[in-house]
Amino acid sequence: MARVPIGPLEYTRRTWMRLTLLATFVFLYAPIVTLVAFSFNDSRRNIVWRGFTTKYYEKALGNSELIEAFVNSLTIALLSTLIATVLGALTALLLWRFRFPFKAGYEGAMALPIVIPEICMGVAMLAFFAKVGWPSGLPWPFSLSAIIIAHVSFSFPFVAVVVRARLAGFNQELAEAAQDLGASEWRVFWDVMVPFMRPGLVAGALLAFTLSLDDFVITFFTSGPDTVTFPVKVYSMVRFSVTPEVNAASTVLIVLTVLLTSAALWLQFRQEKKES
Amino acid sequence: MNTSGDAATTRGAPIIEISGLCKRFGDFAAVDKVDLTVERGEFFALLGPSGCGKTTLLRMLAGLDLPTEGTIRIDGQDMSLVPANRRPVNMVFQSYAVFPHMTVLDNVGYGLRIDGVAKDEIRRRAEEALDLVKLGGFGNRRPDQLSGGQRQRVALARALVKRPKVLLLDEPLSALDAKLREAMRLEMVNLQETVGITFIIVTHDQSEALSMATRIAVMDAGVVQQIAPPAELYEFPASRFVADFIGSVNMIEGRVEAAANGRIRLACPGIAAPVEMEQDRLPAVGSTAWVALRPEKIDITKEVPPEPGLNRVSGVVEEITYLGETSVYHVRVAPDLPLIKVSSANLDRVTRRAFTWEDPVHLSWTSSCGVVLDR
Amino acid sequence: MEDWRRGRSAFWLIGLGPTFWLLLFFLVPLAIVWLYSFAELRGLVDMEVTGTLDNYARALDPLYLEVFGKSLAFAGITTAISLVVGFPVALAIVFAPPRWRPVLLLLVILPFWTNLLIRTYALIAVLRVRGFANFTLEWIWEQSNTLLSLLGLGSYQLLGERFEPLELLYNNTAVVIGLVYVHLPFMVLPLYAALEKLDRSLIEAALDLGASQWRAFMTVVVPLSMPGIISGAILVFIPALGSFLTPDLLGGTDSQMIANVIERQFKSANDWPFGAALSFLLMYLTFAALALRAVLARGRGGI
Repeated sequence: MARVPIGPLEYTRRTWMRLTLLATFVFLYAPIVTLVAFSFNDSRRNIVWRGFTTKYYEKALGNSELIEAFVNSLTIALLSTLIATVLGALTALLLWRFRFPFKAGYEGAMALPIVIPEICMGVAMLAFFAKVGWPSGLPWPFSLSAIIIAHVSFSFPFVAVVVRARLAGFNQELAEAAQDLGASEWRVFWDVMVPFMRPGLVAGALLAFTLSLDDFVITFFTSGPDTVTFPVKVYSMVRFSVTPEVNAASTVLIVLTVLLTSAALWLQFRQEKKES
Repeated sequence: MNTSGDAATTRGAPIIEISGLCKRFGDFAAVDKVDLTVERGEFFALLGPSGCGKTTLLRMLAGLDLPTEGTIRIDGQDMSLVPANRRPVNMVFQSYAVFPHMTVLDNVGYGLRIDGVAKDEIRRRAEEALDLVKLGGFGNRRPDQLSGGQRQRVALARALVKRPKVLLLDEPLSALDAKLREAMRLEMVNLQETVGITFIIVTHDQSEALSMATRIAVMDAGVVQQIAPPAELYEFPASRFVADFIGSVNMIEGRVEAAANGRIRLACPGIAAPVEMEQDRLPAVGSTAWVALRPEKIDITKEVPPEPGLNRVSGVVEEITYLGETSVYHVRVAPDLPLIKVSSANLDRVTRRAFTWEDPVHLSWTSSCGVVLDR
Repeated sequence: MEDWRRGRSAFWLIGLGPTFWLLLFFLVPLAIVWLYSFAELRGLVDMEVTGTLDNYARALDPLYLEVFGKSLAFAGITTAISLVVGFPVALAIVFAPPRWRPVLLLLVILPFWTNLLIRTYALIAVLRVRGFANFTLEWIWEQSNTLLSLLGLGSYQLLGERFEPLELLYNNTAVVIGLVYVHLPFMVLPLYAALEKLDRSLIEAALDLGASQWRAFMTVVVPLSMPGIISGAILVFIPALGSFLTPDLLGGTDSQMIANVIERQFKSANDWPFGAALSFLLMYLTFAALALRAVLARGRGGI
């Protein structure tokens, strides 16, 4: 028989399912692929292929505002990730380890930054920094402090969720064994808890990093003329016109995130392999 | 191979006819050229170790897997590639697959609802089916309020209520505890007699198959090894695999020296005298063959048995396994031969046991109590 | 879990930092906006919190009610489309051969890791009048015309005299396309998780009992993956409802959503009290959606 008949549950082998899958992936990827492809297109009109060029990358590299915005974005992402990872891990530990009054309410408040619309958070940050009179015109990198604070506020609850999920699988006997062998609470924390939490910390940190790099709305409300981030810069360029230069800059960011994601997945994969 | 020699019954055409059935996954053949017929009203068992293809065969009957090659006829109609929902068979799944979001009554009535049966009748027939499996009054329960055994009964009722031509059961008793399993065997047999539907059961448990089925197909590596009623399967296994899989057996290897007039003489290394056996099917002279002897068919004595014409060998008791009503003696007859297992009823109490470790003993068996196998 | 009183010092050491941060840099800012929503404008930028409800009353103006209605409609339609598209995708991934599953899953997740702004921008390039969607349509138009000519129907101009590019950008359709584009992975992942847990023999049992594939899907697969459906719907609906970037970049003047109106109050109209009221109304809508989910989840758990 030439063709193996399709079993009743082999949905993925059905033509219409494959077409749906294909159409969905085309829908998800065609825009990104065209964006990347036409960052190399030697034509401003963007639509017809006129030959390969890297001149828009050179142009983007030569655009000092774009570079500055890029550096700002990375700096913000790095610093906010650091703070958010520590705060998120502490939150996770607190909720995992202790029973305390109004805990449900506390958890609800911690979930708020995850669920409320970005725009609400954005205007809240705007109103807050205006109200307290947060100093502007500080030297770099302190000029980025408002944005970093805002980013930490929305990303550390995400880290907490990831780390707490990891902690849920912790075997209490490990800590008890360490205590039994004479370790102080502090030693138990560093020698047992932190190593166990590490995959969660790495995953959480990567999530925080991506969230920070990705964020436009909240940054849009907290950034000033001197503290433009990459998304905010791209936004102003996009509003103005669609140019291959933006394509080039975007491609760089896409490649960066894809590399980071691959690294994260690889780390996770390695961890799972080690534990299994 | 066509072992269904006794197909010429008077009950009409076979309900299931399978011929040349194959299911391949890439290079691996889960089911390999199977021919099989099941008669109307049979309690048929597919028996084999896990991975032998018995479940795949059952699923092909249900239409849940489709064959790569070959045909399946159900009640005379070719159903090889007919979708599962248009086959006149129903299945009891190993996990029972009771719908967790429906009540017991809705579960049982599901198939009838699909068929567009009137509401009142669905209720009547579903309750009837529940009574049949002794779950009357459980209709409004949810599956998570039932025990494993009760869930299995729901699955049974749900399949039976559709009055299928064949009921397929995939390891129906494997998830139950040992006591319940024993009780369910008898109940299933009674149930099958009551409803008169052909049952095909898949199991890896030989005692289950032997105690329930009217006929058994033993499968190994995708191939049907033998199809026979339980007693025949036990007494006349067709291959070493079947002999070994069903019950306990001693396999004595030898070379066929003579084979004529229903008598076979073998030279077995480690046994001084030639072994003589009686059997209709004769192996080729000069070929290697195996004498399959059930442990309970071998006599164990202190003195040399006086009767003439017996096969005999002497040895030393090396191990004794006490099993309650019987004891199994493991006897060393030659240094490089596997121990021979002999089981003997414990008529006396153990303290007065006839043999103990290191005792020299004589084993003997008649020429008709075992079989000679050439594969 | 231990009681906080049994390890007070550890409790405070661990809890102080995050609590302080959440309070100062999240709850206080929210409280400020909440207070502003009861304020009146004094002059160009000054405000005074007077406890007025005027800002909320103004939100009931038909003009803004329409924006709310539109936002809910956009979010609802987006959720529905994502569900209809996402279900077969999730199903196809769950029932794919095991070695393909992680790859397909990764392909769904990957766009989620790409910057939202960049993805929206990429969509503009595809959807605009001289973009790829129209480019492809024109190509299809030309091929069909050639085909018609070959059939001897060329002179009737059945497909119009020349290709009219579709206006795919700066309208409601573009916003919905954009919202689906951005949120589809949020629907597929919970559906995948729910379907993966589904015991396959339940579907097989339904088929075995005579149900068609469609009937088995509706009576077994859908009810049993309801937790995934609800999660997916909430994960799409809530962010879609509060979307700013998508309607801003892809929408026309009449396809603005609440977030765009809020942004205008804060950035250009300088009417912070009204913007504050709107953003709290948006938040209440979000909470309502979450509460609905909780009710649905409890309803399912109870039966």
